[in-house]
Amino acid sequence: MVLKQKSILPGFGPALGFTLFYLGFIVLIPLSTLFLKTATLTWGQFWEIITAPRALASYRLSLGASLVAALVNVIFGLLVAWVLVRYSFPGKRIVDGLVDLPFALPTAVGGIALSTVYSGKGWIGQYLEPLGIKVAYTPLGVIIALTFIGLPFVVRTVQPVLEDFHPEFEEAATTLGASRLQIFLRVILPTLMPALLTGFALAFARALGEYGSVVFISGNMPMRTEITPLLIMTKLEQFDYAGATALAVVMLAASFLLLLAINLLQWWSRNRLAAL
Amino acid sequence: MFASGRLKRGEASALSRARTEPRAVRWALIGAALLFLGFFLLTPLVVIFAEALQKGFELYLESFKEPEAWAAIRLTLLTAVIAVPLNLVFGVAAAWAIAKFNFVGKNVLTTLIDLPFAVSPVISGMIFVLLFGMQGWLGPWLQAHDIKIIFAVPGIVLATIFVTFPFVARELIPLMQAQGTEEEEAAIVLGASGWQTFFRITVPNIKWGLLYGVILCNARAMGEFGAVSVVSGHIRGSTNTMPLHVEILYNEYNFVAAFAVASLLALLALVTLAAKRFVEWKTQRQAPPRGLD
Repeated sequence: MVLKQKSILPGFGPALGFTLFYLGFIVLIPLSTLFLKTATLTWGQFWEIITAPRALASYRLSLGASLVAALVNVIFGLLVAWVLVRYSFPGKRIVDGLVDLPFALPTAVGGIALSTVYSGKGWIGQYLEPLGIKVAYTPLGVIIALTFIGLPFVVRTVQPVLEDFHPEFEEAATTLGASRLQIFLRVILPTLMPALLTGFALAFARALGEYGSVVFISGNMPMRTEITPLLIMTKLEQFDYAGATALAVVMLAASFLLLLAINLLQWWSRNRLAAL
Repeated sequence: MFASGRLKRGEASALSRARTEPRAVRWALIGAALLFLGFFLLTPLVVIFAEALQKGFELYLESFKEPEAWAAIRLTLLTAVIAVPLNLVFGVAAAWAIAKFNFVGKNVLTTLIDLPFAVSPVISGMIFVLLFGMQGWLGPWLQAHDIKIIFAVPGIVLATIFVTFPFVARELIPLMQAQGTEEEEAAIVLGASGWQTFFRITVPNIKWGLLYGVILCNARAMGEFGAVSVVSGHIRGSTNTMPLHVEILYNEYNFVAAFAVASLLALLALVTLAAKRFVEWKTQRQAPPRGLD
């Protein structure tokens, strides 16, 4: 078996050597402590920690709120991408640039801004409260924060696919007598499906682990508005390292499953696009 | 483009109408999209500056005269100055190995480089506590030699390096893969040394992607909250970065000062977005015009 194909370019050894050394020291060795620490627990202890009522409540909130936020982002992300690609309106380029704000804005800053806007006295919160909608310190607040940080993913995965969409397909469908809605649902939407799913999975994965933007708006009440990363933080502050580690392993497993799903989705969409 | 050239004028305009919606639908969709972005992006962004300036510009500036605010700004800059160059060197080395050579395990290596993106910020900080903390694997040894990493500046720097680890590599790998190896091979065949080839051929080809990776890496390095929060210990004036300082001020109901520091971070974010636009504009001009497939 050939480990490396011959090349006349120099520097492979040092470049790969440094890459592996740095990867090992910064990422792999620190991450492995998580599993070594978990190994100090028995299965029974591990199971007891990860199925405690407070932990289960935090999974429910983290999974549920992330799921809702990612779905909101699928719908509105598609809408924003569509509007940015298909229509022209004043200020479009600024809007396009602003979509990436949640990537660039530090999460803590996003967190305090959102909780100020959506608190009972805030710019938007004051109009929602008379309607009986409380956002700050409720699960709805968690959903709002997670929608904010996941917002760019769907827009940025759908946008390029929409830009590359061949006009011939739509023209052919029109010639054959299809209505606009039919064309959207049966010609355009199926083409966008892999990108939408990838964007959904990316937003969902990001939301699951998010901490900074949520803690300010959620109020952090155990059993009610406590996300799993916050529960880990609480355990760390109480020096319950074993407990924190067990929950971290559960979260990490969920993230890896999602990462695998995302890679499969991207592979699928590449194959589909290549086949077109 | 198979048909439009041969169509009569009336048919062509019917087809171009077929690719868009009636005016009312168009504006309704634009309105809905802008409303959504207004609620979720613009209002939070504006509120940062409005809150920071609510008691006037003088009080805004006053917030930065606090020694603790200065200490936080200095620590944030120091962290970025260490973390970004290290990840830059790593990113270039990793991209050189992965994009310019074929070897066994390349896909695994690429996946491993992305790993820090899949880890929750809280866990990213926690692994360094497990490694270097008092109860950690190296804790007793570090204490015996009087070296402090956790609840001190080295821990903050390490956690920041971890969370910003993939940015430069991830920008460069696809870019360098797309560019191939012919130009570098030609330079080597013509007698250039390895470093000459790298600085005269590779660097000019990747400079915008490199710049973009560095900008993203820097934005995250200065703005990281969760991971740094775990390892910092929140010692005022000593281990507080700007985002941590924002949290403390906010929890003390000192909103003007909290949003004043936050406004600096928001400005950094806006500069980052502008730089992204600039790099995209540059690379689009550089790229050869795309064919009509």
